[in-house]
Amino acid sequence: MRFVLANPGLDNRIPSYKDLERTEEEAGDRPKWDNKAQYILTCVGFCIGIGNVWRFPYLCQSHGGGAFIILYLILLVLEGMPLLLLEFAIGQRLRKGSVGVWRSINPYLTGIGIGSMLVSLLIGLYYNTLIAWIMWYLFNSFQNPLPWSQCPLNDNGTGFVPECQRSSTMDYYFYRVTLNSSTSIAESGGIHWPIVVCLLAAWTVICICYIRGISTSGKAVYVTAILPYIVLTIFLIRGLTLKGALSGIIYLFTPDINELTKPTTWLDAGAQVFYAFSLAWGGLISFSSYNPIHNNCMQDAMILTAITGFTSIFSAVVTYTVIGFRATENYDSCISDNILTLLNAFDLPEDSITTSNYEAAFHHLNSSNPDIVFGLGIKPCDMQKLLSEGVEGTGLAFIVFTEAIMEMPGSPAWSVLFFVMLFCLGISTLFGNIEGVVVPLKDLKMLPKKWPQEAITGVTCFIAFIISLLFAQHSGIYWVTLFDNFAGSVPLLTIGFFEMIAVVYIYGIDRFNEDVKFMIGYKPSIFWQVSWRFTSPLVVLVILVFYLVTQSQEELTYLVWDPKSDQFPSLASVPYPSWINLIIFILAGIPSLTVPAYALCRLVFVYFKKTNN
Amino acid sequence: MLFSSERISKDASDGYKVRLSIKTALGDQAYLWDEKEMFLFRSTMAYAMRGQLNQQFDVSNIIVCEETARVSFWFVVTSPLNTSNLVDKKSVEEAVRKHRNRINSAFLLTDETLEFEGIPRTLEAPFTPDTPPWLIVFGVVMGAVVAGIIVFIGFSVVQKKRKKNKKTPEDEDSEEEESRGKTMENGAANEGVYNMSFTDEERFTRI
Repeated sequence: MRFVLANPGLDNRIPSYKDLERTEEEAGDRPKWDNKAQYILTCVGFCIGIGNVWRFPYLCQSHGGGAFIILYLILLVLEGMPLLLLEFAIGQRLRKGSVGVWRSINPYLTGIGIGSMLVSLLIGLYYNTLIAWIMWYLFNSFQNPLPWSQCPLNDNGTGFVPECQRSSTMDYYFYRVTLNSSTSIAESGGIHWPIVVCLLAAWTVICICYIRGISTSGKAVYVTAILPYIVLTIFLIRGLTLKGALSGIIYLFTPDINELTKPTTWLDAGAQVFYAFSLAWGGLISFSSYNPIHNNCMQDAMILTAITGFTSIFSAVVTYTVIGFRATENYDSCISDNILTLLNAFDLPEDSITTSNYEAAFHHLNSSNPDIVFGLGIKPCDMQKLLSEGVEGTGLAFIVFTEAIMEMPGSPAWSVLFFVMLFCLGISTLFGNIEGVVVPLKDLKMLPKKWPQEAITGVTCFIAFIISLLFAQHSGIYWVTLFDNFAGSVPLLTIGFFEMIAVVYIYGIDRFNEDVKFMIGYKPSIFWQVSWRFTSPLVVLVILVFYLVTQSQEELTYLVWDPKSDQFPSLASVPYPSWINLIIFILAGIPSLTVPAYALCRLVFVYFKKTNN
Repeated sequence: MLFSSERISKDASDGYKVRLSIKTALGDQAYLWDEKEMFLFRSTMAYAMRGQLNQQFDVSNIIVCEETARVSFWFVVTSPLNTSNLVDKKSVEEAVRKHRNRINSAFLLTDETLEFEGIPRTLEAPFTPDTPPWLIVFGVVMGAVVAGIIVFIGFSVVQKKRKKNKKTPEDEDSEEEESRGKTMENGAANEGVYNMSFTDEERFTRI
């Protein structure tokens, strides 16, 4: 399709090839990467985030294991890689941050950049709250025994606090001690000060790492991007030596071809690829704009795709060795408990029932005395159920993993390692995030020109800290989930789609091809041409439409921690209050609608200026 | 036994059921439960009752019945003053709770492996250190970060002062030097002459 919309004045707004060559020779005042490794590590750190550890393994296991991995890798190449190269190339060519790039292509498209900035801001707010929770757990890991291994006693010292007794020590520690969660999003319950303290720590750390822009964050990524891999390897070695690790891995990889026939599998895979690459946040465009003009961005895109695919599978394997271990431990203790109950009820000698003859003994006793056995209330021990428990999101990190770590010898060390890894994963993503907020703010001239970079970073971090106190309330976790579901889904897909349309049909795919040829020396092959024009926009559009359709059909519910509910200790599912629709519109609607809204406003503004002249 | 086993039944109001899990507790080191161990149990209970009620309890005052292979049995305590009377459950419970540790150690067992059915375990409070450890780590991290911020800001202030002093003697080269020196900052505003990517609001494109 050689269809291109009319775009007069484009050459006046963008640097020509001669200008670019000239800038290359002169020492400009735009920041530059110290070396290629810094750039690659920053991009890797940006793309590889906490989602790789706690979202991808869950998707993998719940959508048919090996089959899902193949689907994911295919979509990584078909959908993710072309979009990645698009963002890299456009940033490198136009040498601007996200707002500047879209404004250069056409001033009416500035809305895309503003949308990216809003999305980055909203995501950054709740993402840093997750990092604050991780820091809390990290700070509390320097003690033996770990604080989440014990329940506090009740008032008269005869038993444990009932909330802890009925659920588990990890649940209690997370929902009560760390968050002090209320029972609904409407009950704010005041500010929980440990979280405020950790939010302060998180925002100051990000502030100092980004205080001089990429010249400081570029050095920080040497640690934050490489350390997670080292820790993952250590955990892999530790995990493989644990009992039950293999059952976890088998559970993860067991392919279920039937899953490929379900549309939700494709949807989840496509969406995960999109979020995995942190596309449409604006950070990648910004980072690429600091590259030398003849940097081989196509090679970078392919390298990054390969690294992302490898890391996703690697971290899934590590995660599931630990999950397999925990499930096996729980299964063994479930069987032991049942054996003890039977021994006590029938007064049998201690080693008459062991784990090996448990089944036979149970059947024998059940057939001879069914009433007594029934009255004991023995729970069946289901390994599959244990393997599928709570293995996504915060549940994975703060409940399942902490439980598994407690059962490893030397648990404080493992706990520190694990949370340091999560911290590094999170903060390296946040570098890209804050780049996607600060650079557009400067491009839009919303901050005084005279301010040095330090002041801009400091003010942005401070204001973000104040806003993120919203998540320090007792209902904070419900707000985080809300932001995660709505600010980080629809707007990204919409903005990504607009980005593709803008580059292919408004900037012009031919001109784009020429640019890539100028930068790397050869024109992109037919694979890229087809992907940019058809495959990637189609995939993104389909995901967006399906997502909107499924969301609008479901009633909006969320999970709450309510000791008084019937399903306790499982989270209870309650509907959102009606005013949440307004919040959802602010989170998802406003960033998505900035693109048409800005174009419309500018049209009106221009029209009025014309009539006045 | 002075009392017939009919008086001691599962509904006895003054007796307690005891359950031992020796193999669970000691594994290979487990000892066999025989009448010597039972004698030890009775004498330990007598010791506990002496400590509780200050009366001369003897081994004969502890009556045991319904032993099983699980190793579980019932026992009741008779009063030394009048052997036809049983000591009430409350006193027995208090005696056991007070001396639980000594009773456990006599058998190398714990609260879970030497169970007195109906007497709750004495739970020890979780260990809470005086200064929460997390505060210490937090203090270290925040101290390092704040020190770093001060260093950075101080460094850039010193650098700016130096540039200012350099600028006044050299008027011609000063502009170029400043623009080169500003590589450290994200100066999107200082794009230079040749870059026309920024559209002023006054200059709008023709559509």
